Amino acid sequence: MPVAERERRMSRPYGGVFVARSRIMDGEDITRALRRMAHEILERNHGSEELILIGLQTGGVQLAHALAATLEDIEDLEQHSLPVCTLDVALYRDDIGIRPVIPEEVTDIPFDLDSKVVVLVDDVLFTGRTIRAALDAVIDFGRPKMVQLAVMVDRGHRELPIRPDFVGKNLPTRRHELVNVTMDGVELGELQKS
Amino acid sequence: MNSLNAQEARDKGRSQRAHLLSIADLDREEIEELLRVTDTFVEVGRRPIPKVPALRGRTVVMLFFEDSTRTRLSFETAAKRLSADTMSFSVSSSSLNKGESVRDTIETIEAMGIDAVVVRHKSSGVPAQIARWTSASVINAGDGWHQHPTQALLDAYTARSHLGSLEGRRIALVGDIKHSRVARSNIEIFTALGAQVTLVAPRTLLPASLSAWPVQVSQDLDAVLPTVDVCYLLRMQQERMTEALVPSLREYTATYGLTSARADRMADGAIIMHPGPMNRGVEIASEVADRPSAVITEQVANGVAVRSAVLFTLLGAGRQQSSSAAYAANVSNELPIQTDSVLAEELAHAEEAT
Amino acid sequence: MIRHPDTVIKGGRLIDASGEQSGDILISDGQIVAVGQDLQGEILIDAGGCIVSPGLVDLHAHLRQPGKEETETIASGARAAVLGGYTAVLAMPNTTPTIDCAAVVREVLELGRASVCDVHTTGAITVGRAGEQLAPMAEMAALGVKVFTDDGTGVQDDRLMRRAMEYASGLGLTLAQHCEVNSLSEGTCMHEGEWSARLGLPGQPSESEELMVMRDIALARLTGAKIHFQHMSTAGSAALIAAAKAKGMSVTAEAAPHHFTLTDACCEHYDATFKVHPPLRSQSDLEAIKNALAAGSLDAIATDHAPHAAEDKELPFDQAPPGMLGLEYALALAFSELVDGGEMTEAEVLAAMSWRPAAIAGMDNHGQRLVVGVPANLCVIDPSQRWVIDATGGASLSRNVPYVGKEVRGKVRHTIVFGEVVVRDGEVQR
Repeated sequence: MPVAERERRMSRPYGGVFVARSRIMDGEDITRALRRMAHEILERNHGSEELILIGLQTGGVQLAHALAATLEDIEDLEQHSLPVCTLDVALYRDDIGIRPVIPEEVTDIPFDLDSKVVVLVDDVLFTGRTIRAALDAVIDFGRPKMVQLAVMVDRGHRELPIRPDFVGKNLPTRRHELVNVTMDGVELGELQKS
Repeated sequence: MNSLNAQEARDKGRSQRAHLLSIADLDREEIEELLRVTDTFVEVGRRPIPKVPALRGRTVVMLFFEDSTRTRLSFETAAKRLSADTMSFSVSSSSLNKGESVRDTIETIEAMGIDAVVVRHKSSGVPAQIARWTSASVINAGDGWHQHPTQALLDAYTARSHLGSLEGRRIALVGDIKHSRVARSNIEIFTALGAQVTLVAPRTLLPASLSAWPVQVSQDLDAVLPTVDVCYLLRMQQERMTEALVPSLREYTATYGLTSARADRMADGAIIMHPGPMNRGVEIASEVADRPSAVITEQVANGVAVRSAVLFTLLGAGRQQSSSAAYAANVSNELPIQTDSVLAEELAHAEEAT
Repeated sequence: MIRHPDTVIKGGRLIDASGEQSGDILISDGQIVAVGQDLQGEILIDAGGCIVSPGLVDLHAHLRQPGKEETETIASGARAAVLGGYTAVLAMPNTTPTIDCAAVVREVLELGRASVCDVHTTGAITVGRAGEQLAPMAEMAALGVKVFTDDGTGVQDDRLMRRAMEYASGLGLTLAQHCEVNSLSEGTCMHEGEWSARLGLPGQPSESEELMVMRDIALARLTGAKIHFQHMSTAGSAALIAAAKAKGMSVTAEAAPHHFTLTDACCEHYDATFKVHPPLRSQSDLEAIKNALAAGSLDAIATDHAPHAAEDKELPFDQAPPGMLGLEYALALAFSELVDGGEMTEAEVLAAMSWRPAAIAGMDNHGQRLVVGVPANLCVIDPSQRWVIDATGGASLSRNVPYVGKEVRGKVRHTIVFGEVVVRDGEVQR
């Protein structure tokens, strides 16, 4: 990412440095949560046959791949046999022109979504606006039988009537706090103006 | 005097908007960013519904003082892929001479409420003038001999998709440099991206001074051709004959035309480009134009994605605030409307930065 | 002439062709009646810290009347002139109709008499400035016209120019030439160089001007005519004129303030305020013009004051009319660019703006030494006042000022034309 763009994202009112205050989950917790979510997905959908996972750029992509691997493991499927796609919702956002939106991440949906069960995967569910954008985007790619939502952390503060189907952890937060999700764990902290 | 004061007041009230007037206004990073965003729109173009809602409610006006159906259609398609509304305002210079000035025209159009205006004019500098008179983003779609920045961007995008980075690549621009806006913007974009540019043209078709650009000059196409990765041919216009700039089309073709024999001497993997419309048999042999190494239709195809990227970057990427109220609301919010996937990204950068 | 109250200018540095002294000047009946210490008069003008000079003389003003009265009139141009310290201006003939016969000359002089400044006019060399047929120079000369020019364009035809020189020299008249070879400059709108290449604007080479300077020097040698070169803009032109003078030829030349202040780089943003003929040239041309003014090979600074309507200057750069204002800014620009640049002294600038141009145009009432008995055409300049040029205000009806925002030094405080204080404390009095 070019310096100019990075500076733009780091500058007010968006910018600052993330400072972690507490560690909510560690790597093992993440793995356990993924396994539980995988079981729930399989139970709800009576198996994995019709599943297509779509990881939302950028935080949801790694989780989508991890979730797919877990599902394959449970179902005893060949590695990488479950379809995993990526989606950058930048062009569907409702705050275009209000804040910097740069559609630079890869959208890759090489599968027909018609009559499939699409599971949107993201790291954190907050206002719900990303998911709203993702729903619009998915529908432009086809007509899934059903769309479900899996997130590692639901931190509340919804601004739209959107609810996750599968949750790693419900985490009450203050609005100004930030949640940082990686495969190594989940941290709660805040953005300090640099 | 009163009218002058009112005019100044109007000027003052205008916010600074982002424009695309010249490649010279962009630094290398900004060019690279536009090319990256172009990737996104190439992908959007392949979707079952090649259209995104990004610029819903925005209005883009095509203000063409000089006819160019190809460029206008390309911009219109680009705007429509972003769900922007488009209006077309074609003015022949003759009707403009009858009355309304360019300034009156742009102010009339602006009163209708527009976000961007795509300008084509036969005089150099008109988009820059318009940018002083409007609060909309101005995109130069070709002005006189000056610039055609979206052509340069799509050419750079096309060349990169074949050659990878242009750093250190050798590019020959062949033909009428002097009267060509494509040449000026392409010299600037290719050199900005690190390529070595050689201009191949008779002295009569070169600008009197080349000190503005880090380029080499040659009158020997045969010597240059085997060394280049890109042979970029410019359109040779008939009227240059009447101005006695070259003795005859026949002599031009013999000296500077890309004939089959010459094309054979190009290196493997080297590509042939042309901004169109081609004069087959003049600057390019018909057979050469149809070779796989000639990427001319690809250039046209990439034009839509590049123009979408430009429109989105100017209007949608948050470079400028579409309304100051929205900005104020945003600043006053401790944590602005943003989602965690974006935040996570920011955090990654925050870590990088610290 | 109307009788004006006796006026005394007290305590100034009196600078004229003979040098500098300090003292008071008493003016009565339109003339200087005393120069000395402790003089008294009805009207007192305090010139403490100021320069008192013979009034400035502009060899090159486009007053636009008749024909383009919405951009300037003789009255408004005269007001701009006196604000700039000028007591006399020489009007250019490219009006509509052209000043090419006695009738139009009479009208211009008539309007000039009613204005605040002493207005002289040139006459065209050829009918309609079309370059085809000689204009009736003798009939215009009979009305007092001493300088003839087709300004706005040069006389292209060699033979016609030779005839004009022969005819004019027989009458003791001066020809002034706008040097531009059309076949090299047609369709161009700026100087040919790095900037025209970058901006994609058709440029004219310096040679377009220099070829005509060369030709006219040769023809002046052939015919013995007095030739004056207008708005010299290139290093080559300056050198040609210096060489001709070195050979003892009686050629004279002027340079415009914009050619020692601005360069072609100013055209960067396609603001046609910076479009002018001859065009703004390169930095090295600018330096050469400064040096030639300092050396005296260019005799005079002349404004080429060329008002244009805002809407015309908003046309695309290649279609906009050439020209920029100058009368109200020339002196301050000369002080700032030439004196502060170390090229010239204030007295040398005044020579180039007052007594030398007066001599070139044969204006006997202007540029005279500050002695008893000469017409009281004077200006009082505060050389220490710094000011910022802005686009508002000003007496010209047009606002095509290319110097907006520029800080300059030297302000004309008072101007006196034939004994009348027409500018007092920087305000035109009528």
